[in-house]
Amino acid sequence: MSGMSRIVKTVTNVAFPIVMIYGLYVIAHGHLTPGGGFQGGAVVASGLAMLLVAYGSVWTMGKIKEKQLSVLESIGAFGFIGLAFLGILMVYLYSGLQGNFFNNFLINQDIFPIFNELGRGFGNINTAGVIPLMNFAVGLKVIAGLFAIVLVMAYATRLKGVKQK
Amino acid sequence: MIYNIPYIAVVALILIGLYAIIFKRNLIKIVIGITLIESGVNLFLITLAFKQDSIAPIYRGSGSRIMSLPVPHALTLTSIVIGVAVLALMLSLIIHIYKHYKTLDASKIGREKE
Amino acid sequence: MSKRNFAAVIFFAIVAVFLVFGALMMHPFGEFNEDNYPEMDEYIIDNTQNETGADNGVTAVVFDYRGFDTLGEATVLFTAVAGVIILFRRLKK
Repeated sequence: MSGMSRIVKTVTNVAFPIVMIYGLYVIAHGHLTPGGGFQGGAVVASGLAMLLVAYGSVWTMGKIKEKQLSVLESIGAFGFIGLAFLGILMVYLYSGLQGNFFNNFLINQDIFPIFNELGRGFGNINTAGVIPLMNFAVGLKVIAGLFAIVLVMAYATRLKGVKQK
Repeated sequence: MIYNIPYIAVVALILIGLYAIIFKRNLIKIVIGITLIESGVNLFLITLAFKQDSIAPIYRGSGSRIMSLPVPHALTLTSIVIGVAVLALMLSLIIHIYKHYKTLDASKIGREKE
Repeated sequence: MSKRNFAAVIFFAIVAVFLVFGALMMHPFGEFNEDNYPEMDEYIIDNTQNETGADNGVTAVVFDYRGFDTLGEATVLFTAVAGVIILFRRLKK
């Protein structure tokens, strides 16, 4: 698809950082307010799709290749599964009991006392152990996945012979 | 009867989607019918999670009021993401079908004798 | 009306009758009696702040009490993205 007029490009330049910061806020505060990994990832992917609509698919494909997006998505998936496997290892190491898959290993223990602050209704951000780290991993996966789908489908259906502005 | 209006809305969504799948021949209209059925099922899941005079299950500033059940909200999140994934694959296949057959009529494709 | 159209109308009528009948027989919206009392959700609401330390009940259920469903959903999303990228790849000669 080709780009749009100069007014649309200027408004996109102003609105794009605001949308990205709001999406990252929704991802990071997922354990305190409604939101989380999937919802915040959808917001950031919508902001990136606004960039694709305003500037055209040829220009956007020249800046961001789909190989880099696929590497980012794999990093998110590996982080999520790695945090789940660490539940078995860490609980076995520091207390001798056997841990489960997906065990929350940073809560109610004495090895890392920095994570031990339970915020009962106070809104501290370093509560809830493993859950904020899992939010970031899933958020990165959703951002890369949804933007890769939209970019590949827009680039493959461009019209040949149309002069790009 | 007046207490069952959310369930009647769910049944209306599912029946409209089912009508679009059975009786229409354009491929894009069939895909829209599939999306309507998925929206009806998601609405049904979050209708089952309501208690009388309840608030959302957030603990900050909630006092001691009744909270709605959190498990159907989690199942609905998963269902929405799976719906998006299936819709993306269906639309990619429709683009390839149009490039090969030059038509979007469901009764004219896939009937070659070989 | 051809034969296929007639069978489609009969099928649609049967499904519609079953769905409407089921919608009118559901329990009233928002009330729970002892037939469908939610014990698992009462346990989750009472013990979330002690066991996970999160303030959001839905995030605690998605990532801590029911983490396997999130793992399956991440797999489905990854498979869909891989399928779309493969379908639009041009062979370079």
